[in-house]
Amino acid sequence: MAEVLVLVDHAEGTPKKVAYELLTLARELGTPSAVVLGAGASAAADRLAAYGAETVYVSEAEELDGYLAGPKASVLAQLVADKSPAAVLLPSNAEGKEVAARLAVKTGSGLITDAVGVTPDLTAEQPIFGGSVVVQSRVAAGTPVITVRANSTAPTEAPASGTVEQVSATFSDADRAARVVDHVVEDKGGRPDLGDASIVVSGGRGVGAAEGFGIIEQLADTLGAAVGASRAATDAGWYPHQNQVGQTGRTVSPQLYIAAGISGAIQHRAGMQTSKTIVAINKDPEAPIFELADFGLVGDLFTVVPQLTEQIAKRKG
Amino acid sequence: MNIVVLVKQVPDTWAERKLSDSDKTLDRASVDVVMNEIDEYAVEEALRLKEAATASGGEASVTILTMGPERAVETIRKALSMGADKAVHLTDPALAGSDALQTSYALAQVLSTLEYDLVIAGSEATDSRMSIMTALLAERTGQPQLSGARKVTASMEGTAGTVRIERQTENGYDVVEASTPALVSVVEKINEPRYPSFKGIMAAKKKPLTTLSIADAGIDAAQVGLASAPSQVASFATKPPRSAGQVVKDEGDGGVKIVEFLAAQKLV
Ligand SMILES: Cc1cc2nc3c(=O)[nH]c(=O)nc-3n(C[C@H](O)[C@H](O)[C@H](O)COP(=O)(O)OP(=O)(O)OC[C@H]3O[C@@H](n4cnc5c(N)ncnc54)[C@H](O)[C@@H]3O)c2cc1C
Ligand SMILES: Nc1ncnc2c1ncn2[C@@H]1O[C@H](COP(=O)(O)O)[C@@H](O)[C@H]1O
Repeated sequence: MAEVLVLVDHAEGTPKKVAYELLTLARELGTPSAVVLGAGASAAADRLAAYGAETVYVSEAEELDGYLAGPKASVLAQLVADKSPAAVLLPSNAEGKEVAARLAVKTGSGLITDAVGVTPDLTAEQPIFGGSVVVQSRVAAGTPVITVRANSTAPTEAPASGTVEQVSATFSDADRAARVVDHVVEDKGGRPDLGDASIVVSGGRGVGAAEGFGIIEQLADTLGAAVGASRAATDAGWYPHQNQVGQTGRTVSPQLYIAAGISGAIQHRAGMQTSKTIVAINKDPEAPIFELADFGLVGDLFTVVPQLTEQIAKRKG
Repeated sequence: MNIVVLVKQVPDTWAERKLSDSDKTLDRASVDVVMNEIDEYAVEEALRLKEAATASGGEASVTILTMGPERAVETIRKALSMGADKAVHLTDPALAGSDALQTSYALAQVLSTLEYDLVIAGSEATDSRMSIMTALLAERTGQPQLSGARKVTASMEGTAGTVRIERQTENGYDVVEASTPALVSVVEKINEPRYPSFKGIMAAKKKPLTTLSIADAGIDAAQVGLASAPSQVASFATKPPRSAGQVVKDEGDGGVKIVEFLAAQKLV
């Protein structure tokens, strides 16, 4: 079976959950090969082998972290030329999409973003217009380059050899054109990443103040969830910008999305409306968020959220 | 400093959006259209960079570039009435149904005929939601891509400039720097777009607008349009709109009610 390349999203060699999801999906399409790029890459091999990576291509060239998408796309383009894979799968986050875009141009291939499923004949399923239309698309040119949303496939283990192969990449001047001169990491307090989490608890203007996010975090921690926020909350400085969910924040599609004190503006919906189950807590019965909630509770989040946390903790014993 | 702003006309996100049954492309005819919201921030940022450059004695201009059907001219007028100096409208029946890769090819062809130090785009079009245009154009032009900016600073020494942005990452932010000419995309945190003034609206009517066909722009007809698109929609299905579920009022046991729901769904 032909190789299917999977670009691994990782932090210093620790793969994100989406990497295991993509490898699980790739097993349906061919023989999965993981591609791990950047600092710490070599450390990821064993974990990726556990999820079916027959080969793990590794490069820790400095350029891979020092510049935006260009260098990563160059490594992938070289692998596409050398290995003639059946397809390349990438995570559908900001970086994954940009790498995919550049790779598609470099290899003269068609590109599909935001897939939630790919069938063995490489037809991708994409929700568009906020999930109201589902499209089946195919790539008609080159090597299909497909970005896949997190939480689209349930990751399952399937041990494979995970043979590590170092790739020696060459980079062009264009790859080195946009230099990262400062990389600032803001503390997340050990919670799961928004893109990975199967549960997200978000707070909005209704939370009232930075301190108000305390009860949101407690609920999230009881559920093992990530914390999100509306733009109103990030703009007010109550919660970090990186946690913004929406059109210009992160797009999430977890199993469960809980919105507390969020009205449900169209730009917020754009980032969460393909969540499997949506629960909303809002004191205004007319809030538009109730139009898409599977379960809506009209009430004051300051009493409902702590009670919810307590009830869940009780169930968990 | 010469700035080109990429502005797209899109269906209003509040309107119902459909794919047409015949060719499975976005049905642009039957809906209300507006300027892609984030592109207003891109226009605003260009105007601010121009104002900063002229305030310090430099010269600057802002050119709007749009690829889209004839009616996209309404969106171009809006950008001109905000204060842009001139516009280029690439419009040709042969472009209909082009996918993102083909659009980037066509826009890159037009860009190659313009003189610019910066190209500014929005971070995402609300119809495609792909967020890849600057990456595609960077690959085609060989120029640096600085995407997702929440802050932009640019300085010119004669014709050589430096642009620096701050961009949100998943766990903090990066500062990214490049030499001009460069391609920047912006997010909504960057500024507050101005409303066109009455004077601006009147002035816009007299501003230069160049309309280009694909032949004018040197675009190869075989590389654009639905028939040759590198990605093709095979089929589509309309899902019933997400219907509202149960809505209950808190009677002092709201948390309990939610847990009951979650338990029934096997979510806790
Ligand atoms: C170009 C552009 C991009 C944007 N991108 C994003 C984006 O990425 N993400 C995003 O979220 N927004 C985005 N926005 C902003 C968006 O339009 C809304 O302004 C924002 O989502 C509103 O946030 P909110 O729901 O928290 O606040 P509000 O709309 O003010 O709603 C607050 C809600 O809290 C409820 N409430 C108040 N107190 C309580 C209480 N004690 N208990 C329970 N409920 C309570 C109220 O009834 C109300 O419904 C964008 C806007 C623009 C123009
Ligand atoms: N047809 C077009 N004409 C002009 N600009 C465009 C066009 N398509 C996309 N853009 C620009 O690219 C940005 C991102 O679009 P996208 O990558 O499609 O989400 C938009 O905000 C616009 O600035």
